[in-house]
This record gives sequence, C-alpha cells and structure tokens, in this order.
Amino acid sequence: MGAALEIRNLHVSVEDKPILRGVNLTIKQGEVHALMGPNGSGKSTLANALMGHPAYAVTAGQVIYDGQDLLELEADERSRAGLFLAFQYPVSIPGVTLANFLRQAINSRKKAENPESKGISVPEFIRLLRSKMDYLQMDHSFAGRYLNEGFSGGEKKRAEILQMATLEPKIAVLDETDSGLDIDALRIVSEGVNRLKGPDLGVLIITHYQRILNYIKPEFVHVMFEGQIVENGGPELALQLEEHGYDWIRTKHSAAQ
Amino acid sequence: MVVRSRRRSLEPVTPGYTRADVEAISTTNSEPEWLRESRLAAWELYEDLPMPSLQTEEWRRTDYRHIRWNEAEKQVRANGATLNTVPAANREPLIGDAQGGLLVFVDGKVVHNELAEELAQQGIIFTDLQTACREHPDLVRANLMTKAVLPSDGKFAALHAALWTHGVFLYVPRNKAAELPLHVISYNTHAGASLGHVLVVLEENSQATMLVDYSSTTSETQSAYIGATELLVGDAANLQYVSLQDWNRETFEFSHQRGRVGRNANLDWIVGNMGGRLVKAYLEIELDGMGANGRMSGFFFANHDQLFDHDTQQNHNAPLTTSDLLFKGAARDTARTVWQGMIKSLPQMQKIDGFQASRNLLLSEDARMDAIPGLEIEADDVACSHAATFGTLEEESVFYLMARGIDRPTAELMVIDGFFDELLQRIPFERVRERLQAAMENKIIG
Repeated sequence: MGAALEIRNLHVSVEDKPILRGVNLTIKQGEVHALMGPNGSGKSTLANALMGHPAYAVTAGQVIYDGQDLLELEADERSRAGLFLAFQYPVSIPGVTLANFLRQAINSRKKAENPESKGISVPEFIRLLRSKMDYLQMDHSFAGRYLNEGFSGGEKKRAEILQMATLEPKIAVLDETDSGLDIDALRIVSEGVNRLKGPDLGVLIITHYQRILNYIKPEFVHVMFEGQIVENGGPELALQLEEHGYDWIRTKHSAAQ
Repeated sequence: MVVRSRRRSLEPVTPGYTRADVEAISTTNSEPEWLRESRLAAWELYEDLPMPSLQTEEWRRTDYRHIRWNEAEKQVRANGATLNTVPAANREPLIGDAQGGLLVFVDGKVVHNELAEELAQQGIIFTDLQTACREHPDLVRANLMTKAVLPSDGKFAALHAALWTHGVFLYVPRNKAAELPLHVISYNTHAGASLGHVLVVLEENSQATMLVDYSSTTSETQSAYIGATELLVGDAANLQYVSLQDWNRETFEFSHQRGRVGRNANLDWIVGNMGGRLVKAYLEIELDGMGANGRMSGFFFANHDQLFDHDTQQNHNAPLTTSDLLFKGAARDTARTVWQGMIKSLPQMQKIDGFQASRNLLLSEDARMDAIPGLEIEADDVACSHAATFGTLEEESVFYLMARGIDRPTAELMVIDGFFDELLQRIPFERVRERLQAAMENKIIG
C-alpha cells in the first residue's frame, strides 16, 4: 500500500487569527487532487502548515502521513519522509547555488538513512542534475546560479519542479505553481509535473484558476472557502467553477453558516 | 588639549618598552646605521605620543584596556621551529602545484624562503625585510615607512617603526610581472609581542599577487601584534593583495595598513579577520595618480568576546580616481564589531567615483555591530555614495532549505556561508577559500 496524507479536522492560526477551521482531506500516492477556492480562503495556509512553517500554528486536528503523526516532525523531517511543497513565492538565497543546494538536500536524505553515508559523488550528482534539467528543458547554467536570485517568475517555478523531480517525493503540494506564468511557461511546468506523475506520486495542486487543470488532469477536485473544504467532486467541478466563478460557492456556503 | 579627567586612572596603560629595547633589536640584527637611526627617531616620536584615548571618536568603541602588557609586550622568541611546525594545510601551494614564492616565519624567524627561478630572473625580490635591508638598502630605505605608513600616524605606528621584529619585502621591477602568486606565512607558537611588517613595492607597469597568512597556536598568555603594511603600487601597476588573520583568542592586534596607488594603477585588496581577541586595524587606500583604482574587500566573523574594529579610508587625491569598498561581517555571542569608513577627496578632484558598503549579519541578540560611513568630498562633479545594512538570519531562507530536507544547523550554515560567498569568491585561491569556509563553519558551530 502506498503512502497517504490524511488531514483530519485541521485548524490553523496565523498570528492568533484562525484561518483553517476544520479541514478534512486525504491524498494517496498515485492520485492527483486539485484544491481550488477564492483568494483568502486558506489554500496557501494549508500548504505552509503541512510543510511545517513556524508561522502557521496548528491549534487542533491531525495530519497522518504514511502512518505517522506529521505534525510531530520538523520541516526537514517531513521533507525527508517524502513530502514536498512547491512554494508559491520561492525565496532567493544569495551565495547558495542551485546545484550546491540540491546536492545538500540529497545528501541530507542519504545521511538520515545512513549516518555513515559520504553522500552522492560529484560526478553522479552532476549526471543526475543534468538529466533532470534536460527533462524540464532548463539551461544547465541554472545549476551554477544563486538559488532563485534574479530568476524570473517562470524560472522560479521551473526550479521548484526541478527540485521535485530531483528529490522524488511521495506526496507533492504545488502551491499556485501556475500563478504568474505565461502560457509557454505554464505548459513546460505542467509537462514536467505530468512526467513525474505516476503510481508513486500523489499530487495536490492548489490553484485559483482552472487553467492549469487543462494541462494536469486531476481525478479529485475540492473547493475551499473560509478555511474549510466545502465542495468535493471530480473534474466537472473545476469546469463548473470556470464557468460560474466562485459566487455560487459564496452564496451557498456563506448562507449555510 | 590636555584633559584632566577624574577617570584618568582608567586611561590605557602604556607598554613597558624602553630605548634600550630599540638599541638591542638593532644590535642583535647587526643593522646598518640608517636603520638604527630611523628606529631611534621613531622611538622619540613614540615617547611623545599619548596612548590612544578611549575619549576619541576613533577609539571610543574599542576598549583595549584589558590587555596585560606584562605578558603581551615580551618579544616572541624563535625556538628551533621549522617549516614543518606550520600546519600542512596552510603550506599548500596556492594554485595547482605552482608557487611563485613562499616565505615562512615561525615566531618571527624565517624558516623557509623560496622564490621561483623564473621570478628571480626577472629581478623580482621577495625576501624577509632584514635580509632586504642588508642586500638592497637603497630600495628599502627609500620606501620603508617613508611613503605609506608613517611613524607619526599614531602611537602604535611609531612603536612599530621603532621595534619591528620581522617583515617581508616584495619588489617587482618596471614592466615585470610575477605571474605566480607569492605566499607569506606568519605563524606564532609562542605568546608575546610580534611586530611584523609588509613592504610591497611595485614599479611602473608591473604586476603581482600576494597572500599573507597570519595565525598562532592557542595560548592562555596574551599576545600583541603591532603591525604595519605598506603597499606601493606604481603607475599602471597591478597588485592583488590578500591578507588573512586567524590569531589565537588572546591576541590583540593594532595595525596600520596603507596602499598608495599611482596613475592608472590598480590595487585589489582583500582582508579577512577571523581570530584574535581584539583587532584595531587602520586600512587606507591613497589614490594618488589620475585614473587610479582601488578596491577593498573585507570580511570578518566575530564570536565569543571578540572585538574587531576596522577603520577604513578611501582618499581620492587625484581626478578620475575610483574606489570601491565592501565589508561583510557577522557577529554572534557577545562579540562586537565596528566599521568606520571615510571617503575623502582633495578639493577640486573632479570625476571621482567612490563607493563604500558595509553589510552586517547579527547572529545573536547580545552581539553588537556598528557601521559608521562617512564622506568628505570637496568637489562637485563626483559620484560618491555609501550604504550600511544590518540583518539577522532570515527565517524564511532557513525554512526554505529545511523544506527540502536539510536540517536546521546545516541550513543556517548554508545561509551564512551564502552571505559571505560573494566576498570569498574574490579570493583567487580555491584552497584558501575552502580553508576559510571551514574556519567560518567552526565559528558558526563552536
């Protein structure tokens, strides 16, 4: 049986302000889910809380990942356990090259598995990185550039997918990976994700727009509103949102409260 | 002005040197008369100058009264050390297997003195200062503390001029280039005073790259390093000068360092401070000739109770001169750092371009970093500016790295390394960069 991420009644606050108010969602390896919703509904909060960002305080609920309590783990442990977050706004880190960073990330995994590990050899790493870059149609010169420093929006998002391709997670959360991308960049990034899709990868695509779902086909679509998942369905739900916008969600669920 | 202060007893104490010490050093080294006289003249000056007062702007952040002169003033004595006393990693050739020259002092005594044949054939001189005084008296006499650092620059400059114990002399004749780097190691295994000198003379249209590496072994007893560095870069000459310091934690450094840059000449100066308990360094570039260019890159990492005080000047003494200064430093624990920088121009020096930036990374709440930029420009057609920034370790950056599986200590290390990377990349020797990175990492962890 593959790994699963089970979010149960999750409540999260930012600076003491409740944002998530009881989220329930299960993502299994091999599945593709889309999480949609209007701005401010709490989608990015969910992504950051899952990764363990210190500014996002879990006040109630549980997240079970691969049979263990995810919330007990630090961000680095979550990553090594197979969780990946493609950031909406990747930070730039001057002085740290993309290659050096990824090599360190791989070595952290090897060290965690075996404290005696000397890590990946430089030639082996270069081969690996080049093959992944080719796969994502990235210029090899990116490897020597400082992480996200001076990258365009599209380059940053491609670099996120490169990291995902290199680290081979079990569950990946893509936080608005489509935002700020022109159509060509969106296609390249989507193709990258599609190639990585498979029985070993579960994906949660967080998006405001239906556009990316033309490229990456989800089996499950969820709608978040005011910190809760209020609608669950299949691809037809995304199309419905595309056609009618979020107003009917607002009407239906604001009224329900 | 003489200030009779009630706190006079708190003024710094003067070391216990006497005129006899000056005479003894000259006699021991069988120095020529001119040198003996110049030492004695400097001694007179020293006696007339007051110890730097903490009441002055230059020194008020740098309290050095915890120096115990009775320990620190004793001259370091060589004790049968050899080249092998120096850690092997420090002795490695700078680039590949090639070395233009290697001059090694242990406890102030020359234990190795080597200059590649192809450099010697060009008339390049690279030797210790005592030997140079004997073999090339005219060259040394004309340049030793007469142009760059002057005995009158301050109490410690005068003391150095009177009592310097050892030094290095590099001379590159006109139109010659030292294609391979020159490497100087100054390594102390005993506590006490050492007064080292660097004198570099580049004649017109010549070129050299030199690294000076200062370090010492751990000691409970205090040491003093009272140094002077003089870099004379002739017209159209090019000097790249790297100086790195990793003294033990009981060393107090007081140094005067000055470069003079001629017409269309370049000085690329990199200075790194890692060790020592207290460092007060004056670092000054004099852009003397039209079209002269000076770049100064400084990095430092202070931890525990270290105090680093860098006092820099970029003096534009001719039109069309450019200067660029970047200091990057970090401080943790209860360390303190000070950078005071000044860009000056003589009146009517038009078309000058001077820049200074101080970037500070505060790694603990108890550390303190001061950056005091300054401009004194007396011309109107100029482009001079400065910037000083202070930051802490960015939690967002650390989280980003952790989110890829990197543990917190390693992530923090990477972000700090990254902060310094731009500066370290300016050092043209990969092995030296690696050594510095390792030293830095020890400080972050230790």
